Amino acid sequence: MTRRTASTALALVATLAAAPAAAAPPLSDLAARGYHLYGQYCIACHGANGQGVLQPVPNRAGAGPGRAQEQQTALAPSLQGVGALSADFYLRTGYMPLREVGMQPRRSRVLFDEGQIRALIAYVASLGRGPPIPQPHPERRNLSEGMKLFTDHCAGCHQIVAEGGYLTGAIPPPLENATAVQIAEAVRIGPYVMPRFSKKSISDRELDSIVRYVQYTKHPDDRGGWAIGHLGPVPEGLIAWFLGATALVGICIVIGKRLKRE
Amino acid sequence: MSKAKEALLAGVVLLVSRLRRKPRLKERERLVATAPPRPGWELVALILLLATAICAAAFIVVYALDRLPRETQLLGLSLGLAFVFLAAALIVTAKRLIVTEELEDDYPVIEHPDEQETVAQLVEESGDRLTRRRLFKVGLGAAGGAIGLALLAPVASLGPVIDMDPFYGTPWRRGRRLVDENGRPWRASDIEQDNFYTAFPQHADREELGSPLVLVRLAERELDLPADLAHFPARGIVAYSKICTHAGCAINLYRAPLFQPAEPKPALVCPCHYSTFDPATGGDVLFGPAGRKLPMLPIYVDALDELRAAGNFDGPVGPSWWGVRLRRPRTETSP
Repeated sequence: MTRRTASTALALVATLAAAPAAAAPPLSDLAARGYHLYGQYCIACHGANGQGVLQPVPNRAGAGPGRAQEQQTALAPSLQGVGALSADFYLRTGYMPLREVGMQPRRSRVLFDEGQIRALIAYVASLGRGPPIPQPHPERRNLSEGMKLFTDHCAGCHQIVAEGGYLTGAIPPPLENATAVQIAEAVRIGPYVMPRFSKKSISDRELDSIVRYVQYTKHPDDRGGWAIGHLGPVPEGLIAWFLGATALVGICIVIGKRLKRE
Repeated sequence: MSKAKEALLAGVVLLVSRLRRKPRLKERERLVATAPPRPGWELVALILLLATAICAAAFIVVYALDRLPRETQLLGLSLGLAFVFLAAALIVTAKRLIVTEELEDDYPVIEHPDEQETVAQLVEESGDRLTRRRLFKVGLGAAGGAIGLALLAPVASLGPVIDMDPFYGTPWRRGRRLVDENGRPWRASDIEQDNFYTAFPQHADREELGSPLVLVRLAERELDLPADLAHFPARGIVAYSKICTHAGCAINLYRAPLFQPAEPKPALVCPCHYSTFDPATGGDVLFGPAGRKLPMLPIYVDALDELRAAGNFDGPVGPSWWGVRLRRPRTETSP
């Protein structure tokens, strides 16, 4: 994980040196450790002090441990003011580091250990006033309210039992692996092209209901028997036709045989 | 009315009389045994054919009325009975009216060129029992024609051919408030960037095609509207019909990029066939099967910060129809 080419290391040192020393705030020990990790893995795209790279800058060192370490364009949003909430979401889902600038972040292997993640979150949180990591309490709220809210706000893209879907230019992910905290975070962030829901649109209490419903969708009550991927009437119809057609062919064969015998 | 009837009757008679029986080509030896006529069975077959025609006509009537209770059952019953009667008529004809004979061997092999003539003779002579051939033909034609018409009747449901006027009406007019699903007026401050909202006209039918709207707030610098739509948004809030111009589904997907330089730009997406519309340019089609841009509604913010319509849409709402591009929508006068 710490193996890097000499050129990358050189580039990083150069970038770190370029950071204005005066802007560095007094950091806690944890945040200071995060500051160094940030310099190693994030700064290439997000810039010094998390100020973001808003215009494409070519030929910066690649980001991410052991991922695409080739030279690529840097382009990333500012992290000032996104708070612990965003850092926690992107790092624990494996959305960051991103393989390539411009691609949709996907749930993938988390590349940092628990200590590193805490340190990075502490550092990003120190960059500006931002929301803390939410603490959802889905057990206190209502499943049917959650289903109604999920239908209104989420199911259009994520599908009614959160199996994910498709959008022009993006793939709304299935939510089967999303934890309660991650769901609460994603609603507030609106990662990639997902809409962002403020507390005015979806209150924290309503969000708890949504989280409860999403957790229910991981093991829904399949009244009809077979779930068939929870994909709805099309695969169900396909299977019904397949079984029905097979049965009909079987009957035809039986009838034909009887006629022959006589 | 009676004159028209007479003319119609005269036309039918003329048509039938023209279908005169061709004279037999030449007298030949009979191939089919002679059989006595059976007027009783003939009548039965004719009545069955008439019943077929009546049932098929009943199907058309029920379909056209479109307001009877248990309409589906009546439609099924009438069309089903039409086919039952037709089948019965054909069975009666085949079993009781066509002369049948039993042969040990096949018919003798027929050589050219008499072959066709022989077949014609066979058919002709098989129908010897029929005393009212022309009436029989008319009966068959009526039954077949009525069933054919019945099967074509649903074509009328493809939409009106002449009067497209109802399609252009929408409940929107200047001053009408935009309300949410609970009837609460939308305030400009409620509409946040990177989210999308559904709005309806206050005190109007929400089920109408022209009613539902989708509201989106964009940064002023993102807006890139043509000159004639430049005054449509209010404080960066744009309002579009929620009904897709392709197949009339409700647009309920919004692509709201978190970091625009590296991600797809904002778009309204229809979940049915992924027609994608650009809210920044007046609803232009970015992708998908939609043939027209999304109709945009001009809005303004009143003194109470509430959103109101400033007029009607800039184009007809919903899926396309004949001549859809020729006219602009109008406001319905009903309350």
